[in-house]
Amino acid sequence: MNETNTIQVKEVTKSFGKKVVLKDINFDIKQGRIYGFIGPSGSGKTTLVKMMVGMDIPDKGSIYLLGEKMPNLEILQQIGYMAQSDALYTALTGKENLMFFASLFKLDNAEKQKRIAYAAELVGLTDDLDKKVSAYSGGMKRRLSLALAIIQNPQVLILDEPTVGIDPELRLSIWNELLRLKNEEGKTIIVTTHVMDEAEKCDYISMVRDGSIIATGTPFQLKEQYGVHSLDAVFLHAGRKVQ
Amino acid sequence: MRIAALIKRILLQISRDKRTLALLFIAPLFVLTLMSLVFNGNAVEPVLGVENGNKQIVEKLKEADIVVKEYNKVSNVNETILDHHLDGFLQVEDDKATITLLNNDPTVAKSLEMKVKQIYSKEKQIQLLGTNGMRNELSLQDSMKTDYVYGSSETELFDTFSPILVGFFVFFFVFLISGIGLLNERTTGTLERLLATPIKRGEIVTGYLIGYGLLALIQTVIIVLFAINVLDMVLVGSVWTVILINAILTLVALSLGILLSSFASSEFQMIQFIPVIIVPQIFFSGIFSIEGMADWLQVFANFMPLYYAADALKGVMYEGLSLAEIRSNLYILLAFAAVFIILNLFALKKYRKL
Ligand SMILES: Nc1ncnc2c1ncn2[C@@H]1O[C@H](COP(=O)(O)OP(=O)(O)O)[C@@H](O)[C@H]1O
Ligand SMILES: [Mg+2]
Repeated sequence: MNETNTIQVKEVTKSFGKKVVLKDINFDIKQGRIYGFIGPSGSGKTTLVKMMVGMDIPDKGSIYLLGEKMPNLEILQQIGYMAQSDALYTALTGKENLMFFASLFKLDNAEKQKRIAYAAELVGLTDDLDKKVSAYSGGMKRRLSLALAIIQNPQVLILDEPTVGIDPELRLSIWNELLRLKNEEGKTIIVTTHVMDEAEKCDYISMVRDGSIIATGTPFQLKEQYGVHSLDAVFLHAGRKVQ
Repeated sequence: MRIAALIKRILLQISRDKRTLALLFIAPLFVLTLMSLVFNGNAVEPVLGVENGNKQIVEKLKEADIVVKEYNKVSNVNETILDHHLDGFLQVEDDKATITLLNNDPTVAKSLEMKVKQIYSKEKQIQLLGTNGMRNELSLQDSMKTDYVYGSSETELFDTFSPILVGFFVFFFVFLISGIGLLNERTTGTLERLLATPIKRGEIVTGYLIGYGLLALIQTVIIVLFAINVLDMVLVGSVWTVILINAILTLVALSLGILLSSFASSEFQMIQFIPVIIVPQIFFSGIFSIEGMADWLQVFANFMPLYYAADALKGVMYEGLSLAEIRSNLYILLAFAAVFIILNLFALKKYRKL
């Protein structure tokens, strides 16, 4: 077994009240790959990744991360999570935010400083670290959230719509860094998005619609399978088949 | 240390928020000062009607800044007081004297009663010494009877309820600020974000209690010292006991504040807890006589943390009780805090099951 399953999702169902948000979801995610979950808003992507992080529990089924059943506090050390909406302490500076979250993980002081410098550099915030977050633009907040997600050098990155509100140039550089993290450090990365061109960069994509995964595969496989040239078209075709 | 990181962050956040700091440290002093000025105000000279008073007594009363109006043969004392806008009426008959107080304002009534009693007793003593030499002094106590037009002698002065006010302000401001602190963390999503890290729920609650607890402790010390040294509140017992009572009350306020914040979805909803949670506690804190309430109503006092704190504070500051004598009140307060803290751990389960 040279390829371990970093994440296993087995027969997961989740409802809020009477509304079924996820229906019988099954998939495995292998180490060192980028997985994309694409789907319109309201399709259940956020609910799914929150359960992977262990912030919510499935009504039915189970989720395993790095071999441990979630939720699990120890495993959280190995997960970098970026929420869909920025959750930052706006009265504090960027650096103070990074420092605070770094202190919540098992890092020694020298390592903390190194990781803060690295994360800030990665998202292009080095020069703005001493500004209060309340003075940040939307894109800067998004970038700080990403920096917080990678602060403890986790094995698994779970990023919920990471590039919303970030300009194309920086978006490209973030994607290049994600690819580098995957290739050089063997990190497993899960990304949700509703932008099709980002999906092209993933190794595997799953298309989510109304709480179900309607298609899974590499971008190339999917286009091949439906005989179309764009993922947009795949999404339309796959969606039609389900209905 | 994750708890240390949390405490540091809370203190850093508050230090950036000057308005909240002012609310915490300056607002209670301002309100207390205002109240002491209002209650201790003695600008108006009371008007006293006197029937059958001898020269010396009338003289002495006038010296004590009382406006004296002399009357002969008054048939209805209450009507006379009301018709002539008097604050009180003194009737002297042989060995007996009766003072009737309007008592529409307990502060005025009390000070008038005290002055008149003092003067009358002194005069009486001089008279007695003159005639009979040494006579037993007990009769002096009984030689004057007090009647009231409104209320009764139960109505008390600022002195007796100022200890309660100190406790109330400590409770109120700490409750509000810690509750809104955690509420903000909820509404901005940072609490959820926090729970996506390996931090334990117990660590969050502890961090919050210590972080806000430190602020609250500073506030408590400032309020107590200010009340005693600047406002000259009575303090018969030990100042350390007063601070200890308030510190424990603070713990209750903190844990209750952060607990209730989980049932509020906005700052405005947090404010809505004030009439529901805070105001009833004032009624049962002892500012109003609890013994005088209906039995079923008195039962409620047992569920009000402020009741126990106020009782202990009044005991120490006004009656001079020692720590040992108010110990049981402190145990009950600690029990309140323990219950609220445990409930907090459960309330956080809403965000993460572990
Ligand atoms: N806490 C919640 N309570 C009730 N309904 C929720 C909750 N969270 C999400 N939902 C519902 O679940 C559905 C999926 O939401 P979400 O997972 O956020 O979708 P996406 O991330 O794909 O936009 C939506 O219809 C949303 O209204
Ligand atoms: Mg979403």
